[in-house]
Amino acid sequence: MHEPFHRTHEEMLPERPAPLASVGLVGWLRASLFSSLSNTILTLVALYILWLAVPTFLDWAFFSGQLAGEDRFSCGNHGACWAWIDQRIGQFLYGFYPSDETWRINIAFLLLFPALAPWLMDNVPGKAHLRWFSVIYPFIAVYLLVGGFGLEEVTTDKLGGFSLNLVVGLAGIVLSLPIGILLALGRQSRLPLIRWFSIIFIEVVRGVPLITLLFVSNIILPIFLPADVALDSVIRVIVMVTAFASAYMAEVIRGGLQAIPNGQYEAAQAMGLNYWKSMRLIILPQALKISIPGIVNTFIGLFKDTTLVIVIGLFDILGIANAMVSNADWLGLSSETYVFVSFFFFVVCFAMSRYSMRLESKLDTDKR
Amino acid sequence: MTQTTPTDNDGRFEFRRILTDERSRGIVIQIAVVLAIAAFIAFITFNTITNLKSAGLATGFGFLADPAFFDINQPLIEYTSQSSFARALLVGLLNTIMVSVLGIVAATLIGFMAGVLRLSDNWLISRLVTSYVEFTRNVPVLLQIIFWWALLTGLPKVRDSLSIGDVAFLNNRGLRMPAPITEPGFLWVAIAFFLGILGAILVSRWARKRQDLTGQIFPAGWVSLGLIISLPLLVHIALGQPLGWEIPRRTRFNFQGGINLTPELIALWLALATYTGAFISEIVRAGILSVSRGQSEAAFALGLRPNLTMRKIILPQALRVIIPPLTSQYLNLTKNSSLAIVIGFQDLVSIGGSILNQSGHSLEIVGIWMAIYLSLSLATSAYMNWYNKRIALVER
Repeated sequence: MHEPFHRTHEEMLPERPAPLASVGLVGWLRASLFSSLSNTILTLVALYILWLAVPTFLDWAFFSGQLAGEDRFSCGNHGACWAWIDQRIGQFLYGFYPSDETWRINIAFLLLFPALAPWLMDNVPGKAHLRWFSVIYPFIAVYLLVGGFGLEEVTTDKLGGFSLNLVVGLAGIVLSLPIGILLALGRQSRLPLIRWFSIIFIEVVRGVPLITLLFVSNIILPIFLPADVALDSVIRVIVMVTAFASAYMAEVIRGGLQAIPNGQYEAAQAMGLNYWKSMRLIILPQALKISIPGIVNTFIGLFKDTTLVIVIGLFDILGIANAMVSNADWLGLSSETYVFVSFFFFVVCFAMSRYSMRLESKLDTDKR
Repeated sequence: MTQTTPTDNDGRFEFRRILTDERSRGIVIQIAVVLAIAAFIAFITFNTITNLKSAGLATGFGFLADPAFFDINQPLIEYTSQSSFARALLVGLLNTIMVSVLGIVAATLIGFMAGVLRLSDNWLISRLVTSYVEFTRNVPVLLQIIFWWALLTGLPKVRDSLSIGDVAFLNNRGLRMPAPITEPGFLWVAIAFFLGILGAILVSRWARKRQDLTGQIFPAGWVSLGLIISLPLLVHIALGQPLGWEIPRRTRFNFQGGINLTPELIALWLALATYTGAFISEIVRAGILSVSRGQSEAAFALGLRPNLTMRKIILPQALRVIIPPLTSQYLNLTKNSSLAIVIGFQDLVSIGGSILNQSGHSLEIVGIWMAIYLSLSLATSAYMNWYNKRIALVER
C-alpha cells in the first residue's frame, strides 16, 4: 500500500522568506509584547501606566523644573525646584568641612581610584606598585581628612554629607572583610571555645537591628569605658558598622567554605601545609571566589546602612537633606531633595552590583 | 606521625612542645581566648559600676512599673499616659509586630509577583519590573521611608482631603477609612468563616487523595473559594447583616468615625514592602531559574498550560531554594521596622528611646531591645527551619 511519490518540480524550490508577521519589528512586537491575550492586556496596562507616569515626571523634573533662583519663591509653583542645588551642593558633598579645605576631600577621593584599581581590574600597569599604594592609602586618606603635621586640623564632627557616607562605608568595607573571614574560620574551628565565641557573636549581631547597635555605641559605650576615655563619634560609628557587617560577611564566607569539597582540605593536609597555610593558599582563594556575589551584596548593604548615622545625630547626606527640607527658605522641596540624594546611592550601589555580576561571569570558569 | 601529647619519646613532659603539639596548642589558644574575654568583661563591668556610681544611677528593672507620662498615638491595647513603662513597651512591641506582619504579607505578594513577571516573555513588563527592582534595591530603605513620609505629610490639609470614592479620604493626617462595626450576631459570621476555611482544607485534602488514587481532578480551588466566601455571607444575610461599615463623615474640622491610618504607618509599610519586595523578587527569580529547563519542557510535553506548569511543576520545586533566603528577608524587614524612630512611628525602639530619655535606664532598655529582637529572630528561624525540613526534597 504505497502511495506513489509524485515529483511535481524538477528543481528545488527557492527559499521563501519567513512570514512577515514573524520577522523584523512586527515579529518582535508579536513575540515579546502581544504573544497571547494575557500578555496583550499586560502590555496595554503597562503602556497606560507609562503614559501616565513618564510625561508627568519628565515635565515635573525637567521641562517645568527651575534651575536657578534665590529661594523657594523664585521657583514658581509648577515644576520641580532645583535652584537650591547650586547653593547647597557643598553641604551635600562635604557637610560642615571648612570650605577652604574641601580640596583635601577631593584629593582623597581621587586617590581612591588608583588605590582600588589593582584589586578591581586585571590590566593595570604597575600593579605591584599600586598594591603598595593601596596599603598606605588609608593612612594618606586619614591624614588628608583630619589634618595635622602641616595641614590645618579638622575635627571629625565637621565631616558630613556624602563624604561621611563614603568614609564610614569604605572604612567598614575594608575592616569587615578580614574580620568576617576570621569569624567564618572561627565558626568552622575545631576548638570548641573559639567556635562558640564566633557563633554567639555572629548570631547576636545578626539578630538585632543596626539601630540598636548604634544606640549602644552612643549611650552604652561611654558607660563601658573609663570616664576619661572619650571615643570620637565617627570612630564609634565605624566600629559598630564594621561589627555589624562582619557578622553578615562571616555567614556569606561560611557558605563559601562549606561549598569547598572535603578533598581540598584533605589534599592541603596531605601536602603538609599547616592550618593557616592551607587556608591562605588552598581553601580561602576558592571559598572567597564563590562568595563574591554575597560579599558585594554585603558591601552594598553596608553602604546603604551608613544613612543610619542620622539617628545618633551625625549629618550624613540624608541628615543634610532632612535639614534642608525643613529650612525656611526652601520649605516643601522634599521630593526634589530626596530624589537628588537617592541618585547618589543609586549610582554607587548599582555600579557595585554590576561589577559583581561581571566578575561573577568572568570567574565562572566551570560553565563554559 | 603527629604527636598527641607534649612528651618526648621516653614519655617525659617537654615544655617547649606545648606549642608545637596540635592538641595542647589548641588548649593553650582556648585558655588565652577565655582569659582575654574574661579580662574584657571584667574591665567593662568595673567601668560600668564606677560610672553608674559616679552618675548616681541605680540599675534594675524596677523602674518598669513607674508611670510613663507620655502619650502614644493610636495604641493597639488600652494605654494612658498614667500606664507603666512596661505597658508602653508592650504597646511598642505590638506596633512592631503589626507593621512587620503587614509588611511581610505585602512584600511577599509584591516579591512573588515581581519575580514571576520579571521572567515573563513580555519585554515591556520584564523591563519595567527590572527597573523597579534595581531602583528600590539600590537606594537606602531609610531614605525611602522618609521620602514616602514626606510625600504623605505633604498631602492637602483635612479640609481639602482627596476623596477615594467618598468612602475613604486621604490627607496630611493619613488615610481615613471605613471601620467595621460588629453587632452581637457577628460571632456566628466569624465562626462560619472559620468553618469555611476548615471545609476548604478538608475538600482540598480529599481532592488530592482522590486525584492520587484515581487521577480524576476535582476543582478544589473554586470550591474552597466558594466555601470561604459564601458560608459566612449566607450566615451574614440570614442573621440580618450584623457586620456594618462605619463610613467616615466630614465635619467642620475633621472626620467623624472610621479608622485612621497615620502617615507614619503607611509610609513605613509602603517603604518596607516595596524595598523587601524587590529583594524577594530576586530570590524568587533565582529560585525559578534554579529549576532545570527540562522540567518545564517536560510539563509542556505533557500538555500542561504555562500557568499550570508554573503552579504545579516549577514553583513547588523552586520553593525549596526560595524558603531559606526568604526567611532572612522577613527577619530583615522586622529589623528594618526599627527605622520607624526616624519618622516618629512609635514602635519598640522608638518607645524604648522615649523611656530611655525619661528614666536614664539605658542599659536595661538596650538589653530589652536586644532580647526581644533576638527572640523574634530565633523564633522565626526556628519556624522556617521546621518548614524547610518539611518541604525538603526526600532523597533516597
